[in-house]
Amino acid sequence: MVTGKIHSVETMGALDGPGLRYVLFMKGCPFRCAYCHNPDTWAAPAAMEKSAHEVAEDVLKYREFFEAAGGGFTASGGEPLMQADFLGQLLQILKSSGIHTAVDTCGYVDITAEIERVVDLADLFLLDIKHLDDTRHKELTGRSNDKVLNFLNFISQKGKDINIRIVLLNGYTADEDYLKRTAEFLKSYPTISRVDLLPYHTLGVGKWRALGIPYRLDESALLRPEQKEKARQIFEDAGFNTTLQ
Amino acid sequence: MNTENTKQAWEGFKPGKWMESVDVIDFIKLNYTPYEGNDSFLKPATDRTKALWDKVLALMIKEIEKNGCLDADVSTPSTIDSHKAGYIDKGSEIIVGLQTDAPLKRAIMPCGGYRMIHSSCEAYGLKEDEKVKEIFTKYRKTHNTGVYQAYTPDILAARKSAIITGLPDAYGRGRIIGDYRRLALYGIDILIEDKKREKSETDNAMMDSDIIREREELSEQIEALEAIKRMAGFYDVDISKPATNFKEAVQWVYFAYLAAVKDQNGAAMSLGRVTTFLDIYAERDLSRGTLTEQQVQEIVDDFVIKLRMVRFLRTPEYNELFSGDPVWVTESIGGMNEDGRTFVTKNSFRMLHTLSNLGPAPEPNLTVLWSNSLPRGFKDFCAKTSIETSAIQYENDDLMRPMFGDDYGIACCVSPMIIGKEMQFFGARANLAKALLYAINGGVDERTGVLVAHGMEPITSEYLDYDEVCQKLDKMMDWLSRTYVNALNIIHFMHDKYYYEKAQLAFMQKDVVRKLGCGIAGFSVVTDSLSAIKYAKVKPIRNEKGIAVDFEIEGDFPKYGNNDDRVDSIATNLVKQFMDKIRKLPTYRHAIQTQSILTITSNVVYGKKTGNTPDGRKAGVPFAPGANPFHGRDSSGALASLCSVAKLPFEHAKDGISNTFSILPNSLGKSKGEQVGNLCGLIDGYMAKKGQHLNVNVLKREVLQDAMEHPEKYPQLTIRVSGYAVNFVKLTKPQQLDVISRTFHEKF
Repeated sequence: MVTGKIHSVETMGALDGPGLRYVLFMKGCPFRCAYCHNPDTWAAPAAMEKSAHEVAEDVLKYREFFEAAGGGFTASGGEPLMQADFLGQLLQILKSSGIHTAVDTCGYVDITAEIERVVDLADLFLLDIKHLDDTRHKELTGRSNDKVLNFLNFISQKGKDINIRIVLLNGYTADEDYLKRTAEFLKSYPTISRVDLLPYHTLGVGKWRALGIPYRLDESALLRPEQKEKARQIFEDAGFNTTLQ
Repeated sequence: MNTENTKQAWEGFKPGKWMESVDVIDFIKLNYTPYEGNDSFLKPATDRTKALWDKVLALMIKEIEKNGCLDADVSTPSTIDSHKAGYIDKGSEIIVGLQTDAPLKRAIMPCGGYRMIHSSCEAYGLKEDEKVKEIFTKYRKTHNTGVYQAYTPDILAARKSAIITGLPDAYGRGRIIGDYRRLALYGIDILIEDKKREKSETDNAMMDSDIIREREELSEQIEALEAIKRMAGFYDVDISKPATNFKEAVQWVYFAYLAAVKDQNGAAMSLGRVTTFLDIYAERDLSRGTLTEQQVQEIVDDFVIKLRMVRFLRTPEYNELFSGDPVWVTESIGGMNEDGRTFVTKNSFRMLHTLSNLGPAPEPNLTVLWSNSLPRGFKDFCAKTSIETSAIQYENDDLMRPMFGDDYGIACCVSPMIIGKEMQFFGARANLAKALLYAINGGVDERTGVLVAHGMEPITSEYLDYDEVCQKLDKMMDWLSRTYVNALNIIHFMHDKYYYEKAQLAFMQKDVVRKLGCGIAGFSVVTDSLSAIKYAKVKPIRNEKGIAVDFEIEGDFPKYGNNDDRVDSIATNLVKQFMDKIRKLPTYRHAIQTQSILTITSNVVYGKKTGNTPDGRKAGVPFAPGANPFHGRDSSGALASLCSVAKLPFEHAKDGISNTFSILPNSLGKSKGEQVGNLCGLIDGYMAKKGQHLNVNVLKREVLQDAMEHPEKYPQLTIRVSGYAVNFVKLTKPQQLDVISRTFHEKF
């Protein structure tokens, strides 16, 4: 059985999907987002390697909390779809135990049979849209957005529940025209049940420093409160259930 | 009991057994109205309430400025009717009665021990009254004197070295809850008659020491009831008859409680479970149209103002242990009726709503008896109020109800007892972390080098061997439990003799069931130390006398608080092991042995008096409070931490297992609605896992840091510690730093 490369575990996640959730942070990511707050998940080595059964057994210890709060399991990272084989096995077990499952992903994957299996098993996708314009997407993440948009189409066609997450940062994603364009674009995906707006914060900077990676952004990327509210307004006006962190 | 008086007072109530004999719960079950709705009916504070509370708040700020004691009457030993009427603002108060003749003026209660008075006077710059001193040092023996006459050398040594601390040997033991509801339902004359009847049952018996004591105690109770009647008279209130409306019912209950806090400077003077009882009177007045919802809330607010003002004169040493001037006016709210209906009423909401109307406060110690079956609307309201005030604690009704029935209340922090039928001999706690060091060092204290526990061999090996340590610890626990229970037996013998709780026991049944509430501290430290010895390699560093004064740990080990059975099983075994020791020992008045895992704020002092421990904790560093995992070692997230504590077996710690949980508001969810839902889910899940108690703090560390710098900005900042809440600004500096250093569950 394939093992999962795991960065860490948060037994009480309340921000990554509905209710109280067991969040598994997995290792490895194809992106190098300029604002990433978990750069320590990008590359190997993993803090631990576990089989899908071992992880599932640990997750199921918290069933009472999931049931009480309408929660479940969220695979996050890093990029969990980079370990699709392991994730598929894990979701299979959790699904058969009646646990709600979510995958927090950047969507940068080819649609393989393994990926399709994960998509079929997961109840919810938390998909990051880093940028709609390919050039800006590359600037922010180091990669093209073609696969991301393709993945969005794929899960949408599969009828999956989708939450879209957008990091708001000045100079990239915070101006009104861009946000209106994004809201308009997302309207064509009927299974998007919510949009989470995540204003850029600098809490992850310490991790970059500790890892010795140069940090490219500065405080000018931070939004003013009225900008955040404006962004929320745009998505609410477009009919989305919107949260602002 | 049917007289003209009762006929009028009981009009509209459903009749039952409660009319034939004193039986409050029967009355409640027949007459209360469960409430399944939400908080939308609640009313804000009236202008009168706000003006009155502002006056009290101004006095409380003055009190803090005056080093914690606004004023004291040092010449009048307090009794139930020692002081004439006192008011905050005569005419504008709805519920009346103060402990002395002025608000926040403290009284002396020398029967616990004169030293307490002497030290308090010294600490607060008060002049001792020579007459009082003469009486209580020359003519009238106190509890404290009696205890010291009987203490053994082992007890004195254990006390001095702080392996046993916080014993109620110089002050009132507290942890007794009178059924104060009785006064409202029956009036004092019926209660006096009932006590006379109880006494007459032995009129023709052979007089042995048990019966003689009982007759003496019942006589004291009757005297207490008569004194309460006089005390109420000072306020021009006649309590001889039952209460006839809501306002009177609240007033009668308060007078009964007030008598207790005038008679006893007890370590915890809890109120019981009066909220739903009082709702019956509120509902009757509302349906009669004699009160509006606004007026009902105003009376509740006024009652709570009074409860917030209870004060005792205590020494700085006492405050070092239990900081923030706690009284533990614990009121148990909610819970389920054994017949399946909830005990939540509109009054349950109103009591919690005082935290909004008057602002947060540590007293009364509002305790929600949580059940999975509580109505959704009430759960949401509790969670919302917790998020806004951090002033509520939760205790597991589904766990306790099968053992205690459905009319128990919490005394102090976590101690369940059946109202009117059970009481506790409070026993503070033994320091298990120190016991582990004594096991390693052959009974020699690691800080002083003094031999405290005789007849033990030290461990001499280079590395600690798990089996050997366990064996030695077991033997040390034998000595500790024996010494500890001996001390408690002496203390409670003397307390009954010299400082009997006549006012509280007057509101209880004659054949009260007594529990001996033992307790342990340093719980997570011992657990993690044993885990380190078992799973890593631990090398003692010994000084020139061969005493292990430090420890080197090679390798990693599982830590309590991560839902890891390898170490959590050590924790659960420890609870049972110590309880089994206590169970075997004889107790004064055949009290039933129990234990708690609760430290309140004494985890700081215990830590200060305990050397380096094998888990890597440094000498002097505070223990984790209660049953909490050690700060920062619970690194797998909040639910893992909760699950570890929930594993501790309540059947071996029926006096309560305290867990204090702090979380940042944003970590609970993105919107207010999500935060409320998730907090409810968290409590539901913890209770489903059989956790007994949870303090919930929802706040940011920065707020506490700012409050340390600028206390004047935060007079009402409330934070839950182990089993009670405190005004953060009233904690000592080391306690404030300890609270800030505890694990705050956060995530971004």
